[in-house]
Amino acid sequence: MNSKFFFIALLACLIAASPLAAQGKLDVVTTTEDLAAIAREVGGDRVTVDSIARGYQDPHFVEAKPSFILKLQKADLLILVGRDLEIGWLPPLIQQSRNRKVQVGADGYIDASLKAQILEVPTGQITRAEGDVHPLGNPHYWLDPENGKIIAGEIFDALARSRPNDRAYFEQRLNDFNNRVNEAEKRWIAMMAPYKGMKVVTYHRSFPNFAERFGLNIVGYVEPKPGIPPTPQHTLDLINQMKKDNVKIVLVEPYFDLKTPNSIGRETGAEVLVMPPSVGGVKEITDYFKLFDYDINLLINAIKKTGVK
Amino acid sequence: MACRFLSFALFFIFLLNQNVFAQTPAQTDVQALRAEIDALKADYDKRIQALEEKISVLQGGAPPAPELQPQVPQAQVPQGQVPQTQLPLQVPAASTGLQGSQISNAKVFNPDIAVIGDFIGASGSNEVEPSPAMEMHESEAAFQAIIDPYARADFFFSFGEEGVGLEEGYITFPAIPGGLLFRAGKMRAAFGKVNTLHNHVLPWIDRPIVTRNLVAGEDGIDDAGFSLAKLIPNPWFFLEGTAQVYRGDSTDLFHSSKRGELSYVGHLRGYQDITDNTNIDLGISYAQGHNPAGIAEGQLGQFSTRLYGTDATLRWKPLSRAIYHSFVGRSEVIWSRRQQPGGLQSGKGFYVSGDYQFARRWFAGGRYDWSNLATDTSLHDSGQSLVLTYWPSEFSQIRGQYRRTKYAVGLTANELLWQFQFSIGAHGAHPF
Repeated sequence: MNSKFFFIALLACLIAASPLAAQGKLDVVTTTEDLAAIAREVGGDRVTVDSIARGYQDPHFVEAKPSFILKLQKADLLILVGRDLEIGWLPPLIQQSRNRKVQVGADGYIDASLKAQILEVPTGQITRAEGDVHPLGNPHYWLDPENGKIIAGEIFDALARSRPNDRAYFEQRLNDFNNRVNEAEKRWIAMMAPYKGMKVVTYHRSFPNFAERFGLNIVGYVEPKPGIPPTPQHTLDLINQMKKDNVKIVLVEPYFDLKTPNSIGRETGAEVLVMPPSVGGVKEITDYFKLFDYDINLLINAIKKTGVK
Repeated sequence: MACRFLSFALFFIFLLNQNVFAQTPAQTDVQALRAEIDALKADYDKRIQALEEKISVLQGGAPPAPELQPQVPQAQVPQGQVPQTQLPLQVPAASTGLQGSQISNAKVFNPDIAVIGDFIGASGSNEVEPSPAMEMHESEAAFQAIIDPYARADFFFSFGEEGVGLEEGYITFPAIPGGLLFRAGKMRAAFGKVNTLHNHVLPWIDRPIVTRNLVAGEDGIDDAGFSLAKLIPNPWFFLEGTAQVYRGDSTDLFHSSKRGELSYVGHLRGYQDITDNTNIDLGISYAQGHNPAGIAEGQLGQFSTRLYGTDATLRWKPLSRAIYHSFVGRSEVIWSRRQQPGGLQSGKGFYVSGDYQFARRWFAGGRYDWSNLATDTSLHDSGQSLVLTYWPSEFSQIRGQYRRTKYAVGLTANELLWQFQFSIGAHGAHPF
């Protein structure tokens, strides 16, 4: 009898607890700071935007903390990178959010990758013998400004659908963002033009879109396979290849250990650059434009330093 | 392939022509018949062309012409015969493509399937709880998918050397009105921390002594029932309340001898980020149900067990080096109040553990155990463990554990346990 009373009382308490008050602005939650930066560009002051992952952390390995459940619980829109980037942590957050707006397939669940240009989509049989491959292609597609505009378009569609009365406002901001990206992209491409075809090595496969847009030639990776830590033999092979191909630039994401890249740098004379692939990767990168400004300036300064042409 | 398809279509056309002739009344005017045949011929020519274009598209050729509809003058074709002549032409072409797409689409809806192998072994001596030198302990097969816009399903089967069991199988409604999360089926109860965890996510090879002695052994409180969980709004921290009702059967902890003897579990969980890198997770739990005491005396159903628990977990993981370093410290204290023919047995038990990741693939940890026996709380077991884990990748791990257990019966066991754990397929992420 006591236990039944306890159970009924607990049930009543759970049901009686009232939800948080409704938010005035459209509440947008993104999985990464890059998507948050673009959402702010399009949404302006009509939205509040919050990112789950920080720009300086590996977006593959985010912990599904309960505090993120609280963010998702009140979200009107959830914008994700997709292509399985968040597969290891986002599904339990969505499931526990109690928010029907952001459940998979709901109007508030926005996969930003659907129209973007995706590279490295595997063909043929895929096994984990190839490492932690992404079966749906490389998810680091935001590092191409052309994809940035596509992401912004997806976000605009979602915002306009949620707040039809603000459609013109969002559209004006989208157009403004696209115009600024177009102008900046011309400048970035011009800055990188003298170094077209420059051979580089990266730690992880985070930069294929960036490389394709700005003319870098990625000839190797510090990881022997995606998600697999460097091995001595692979590092030795990579050093030999870099010496042979005269590769003088190694790009490392901020969340990887620098021990192996630094030893590669010492052996080959290459510059080892901690190059953030995301907004928030370092303090100075506070928006989508500053991400490319920072990375391109970092690259060019390093290339000049090496003297390689 | 295309030729065969075309021949097949032409053969159908031929048969249909026969059919048309057969059905044409003998008294029909010859001229009308001729007009009809001409119209059909024109119709078939267009259809064959359309089919050829479809075949071309299927083979990766040029896209079909936009106009695929037959343009037969209605006046020239008797109305009653149009469906008969159109259907046999369209169905084979359409159904061939449809079946193909149905098969490929059907695979899209297959659940995520994963199998996790758990090969463990032991060396050293243990006369109280001897385990095999080597065993394929429990392989977990997981099937998980979204059912429809309202619910998802999760099934976890455990394949041991002695048979197959349903570890968990439940439907979850993640967003029902009132901000509730509702679950129905067989599931691990929300009692403390360890009870909710599958074997493959434990930081040790075994389970703590307190869960073995007081919370239904390795299987834990794992029963058929309903679960309702709600986030309790407050301006300070994450707070979640969970209420669960079960059939009342969990190994030797709870035993239901009739339908009314249900068991109940309640859990309150508070969580707070201290910094981006550090967080604390606290919980209190309650469980109650009838126990199997009194079977020998013919008093089954007259005794119950109540459990009270607290759990605390402190986690540290520097975000910018999250894949290299982390620390998890955890503890649970559980109090047991067990009624039985000899009187009430009030006991307790606890464990304290810490696990530090000192390199990308390496973890070291330790655990201290102490627990009364549920049926005789004047006795207790205690133990210490040291654990070393190596991760070749996130899909496999090799673990060694030195375990020293001092049993209540006066015997001490010194063992070296080892484990190979490996995962294939797409296993859904676990809740934090």
